[in-house]
Amino acid sequence: MPAKQLAALPKAPTGISGLDEVTGGGLPRGRPTLVCGPAGCGKTLLAMEFLVRGITEHGEPGVFVAFEESAEDLVANVASLGFDLAQLEAEGLLVIDHVNVVQGDMEETGDWDLDGLFVRLGAAIDEVGAQRVVIDTIETLFGAFENTAVLRAELRRLFAWLKERGVTAVITGERGDGTLTRYGIEEYVSDCVIVLDHRVIEQTSTRRLRILKYRGSLHGTNEYPFLIGESGVSVIPISSVGLAHSVSTKRVSSGVPRLDAMLGEGGYYVGSTVLVNGTPGTGKSTLAAQFCDAACGRGERALYFAFEESEAEIVRNMASVGIHLRRWVDAGLLRFRCSRPGLLGLEAHLFAMQKLVASFEPSVVVLDPVSDLLRIGTRADVAAMLTRQVDFLKAKGITTMLTSLNSDADPDQADQQIASLVDTWLLVRTMEGNGEHNRVLSVLKSRGTAHSNQIREFLLTGQGIELADVYVGPQGVLTGSARQAQEAQERAESATRTEEQAQRRVDLQRRREAVEAQTAALWRAFEDEAETVESQLSHGSTGAEGRADQRVEQGRLRRADADSDEPTVPVEQERERGAA
Amino acid sequence: MRLVDATAAPAPLPEREHWDLRLYVAGQSPKSLRALSNLKDLCEEHLAGRYDIEIIDLVEQPALARQDDILAIPTLVRRLPAPLRKIIGDLSNTERVLVGLSIRPDRRA
Repeated sequence: MPAKQLAALPKAPTGISGLDEVTGGGLPRGRPTLVCGPAGCGKTLLAMEFLVRGITEHGEPGVFVAFEESAEDLVANVASLGFDLAQLEAEGLLVIDHVNVVQGDMEETGDWDLDGLFVRLGAAIDEVGAQRVVIDTIETLFGAFENTAVLRAELRRLFAWLKERGVTAVITGERGDGTLTRYGIEEYVSDCVIVLDHRVIEQTSTRRLRILKYRGSLHGTNEYPFLIGESGVSVIPISSVGLAHSVSTKRVSSGVPRLDAMLGEGGYYVGSTVLVNGTPGTGKSTLAAQFCDAACGRGERALYFAFEESEAEIVRNMASVGIHLRRWVDAGLLRFRCSRPGLLGLEAHLFAMQKLVASFEPSVVVLDPVSDLLRIGTRADVAAMLTRQVDFLKAKGITTMLTSLNSDADPDQADQQIASLVDTWLLVRTMEGNGEHNRVLSVLKSRGTAHSNQIREFLLTGQGIELADVYVGPQGVLTGSARQAQEAQERAESATRTEEQAQRRVDLQRRREAVEAQTAALWRAFEDEAETVESQLSHGSTGAEGRADQRVEQGRLRRADADSDEPTVPVEQERERGAA
Repeated sequence: MRLVDATAAPAPLPEREHWDLRLYVAGQSPKSLRALSNLKDLCEEHLAGRYDIEIIDLVEQPALARQDDILAIPTLVRRLPAPLRKIIGDLSNTERVLVGLSIRPDRRA
């Protein structure tokens, strides 16, 4: 049935961090996988972890056939990684079979085969019901047997037999001259081949892992750095996270209210990555400390990776600008991890950081400064490492602040690779002028926010960071004492204006009073006059009445006229107006 | 060139020493049967009356393969006289068997 054949190849998860992502789910189930590489590259450890994790995490018992190390050595070697092999053996989940092969020990007197090994392996598999088998390193047999033709035929038979038994096997082999393994056993194990490497570049050793071949399965084809850390092998797949992390629209305060305002709506996005980029002494660490301080103040945990200063130094220095970190450290909300970059390789740093992040579960992480890492790796390596770190933190929804130091000579170019990773890029630098250096901060980019385009002066005060407006005028941008002078001048001008206005108000009031006084005086004069006119009119009323009677009489004489009071009307109207 | 005492060369081991041999096989394979037959002939010829042969079939006693560190089949182990010696193969190359068991000194050296 073709439809059934299309079903995905069954895989056995290794439980090794990162390897399952790279292999798309693990090693081919029920088939042998060859793990090869030079001496000391971690083959045995990888194989052992595959077994141990198989037992502890996937309930698949295992058998370890050791041709090189004794069982006691193996137990001791992996005890430091927290693997208790003796316990697993006692629980009947693991068999370690050390095959003691001494070169030239055995006289060959005729035809032979490896049935003894088959019987041994079969018995061990049956003893614990093993589903996983490791054979480390079977090529040792080439030193013990003269007749390699027989040995090769027997190894071919062994791998076929392992497949028949349906166990997922890991066969290790040491890299040969121009071949994957010294005796070319990759010819017999062809389902999956993993190549390990151990290189030293610029005094920094990096282990790398590559899936050379994985029959019937998609797999990552890159070389992936891997580490042997405190909890075993850890492969760091560069792109395993993809770009599928969930995003948040929530904001988290930068700790500086003015900066939150500059970024729009209250700060950085939760889970975003912030780069603070600047020349020496511009307050990058202070910005980071204030960010941590704000997080701890909200009851969240913050993790501070310092590559330049010790914890004590940071706490003391920040206290001088009013950021008191000691209380958060004591409260268990803030943790520092201070180490010189050169102490560990890049990968080891990355690994240590991820481990600490996983255990401490902070909501805020600071790396101060990432530019220091350039001392232990090439620019491309550091960028790759930071990409993985950023992806890792983003996937966990942790807001991250990276600080980066750049030289004055090349302020904006230095961190292009890092800058493309981050969501928010703050630039702090000093402006020289007026005989002084002043710090200014600008938001170069902030994805998804309506951020300010303005430069702000960055002040380190006794109460932490404050941002002040800078003056942009005909003389250029003013900062520091020039800004203060400008401010003082403006204050003075403003005061003058205020006085003038008050004076004008007083003047106006006086004028109003004068006008009102004049109006009152006029009225008084008018009323006097009106009174006089009234009295005169009343005294001369008889004559007028006589004249009126006369006119009436005349009218009657001329023709019949109606009675009329007309002459009195204007007088009455004048009176009314006067009263009003 | 190693100097060999001419008088001691043919029989370097004391006559009274007892030989304890163990032959590991896996089932009744032709190789195993051949090895047993070759071993018997050889012992009769060189160690008559002072040897024991124990045959261990690993198919029946698989735990012994690990315990006695056996890889190849057939394997002949000389348990006594000490030190322990291991020889693999069907014992068809008599010369090498005698050398391997130190019945005869190694002339290749």
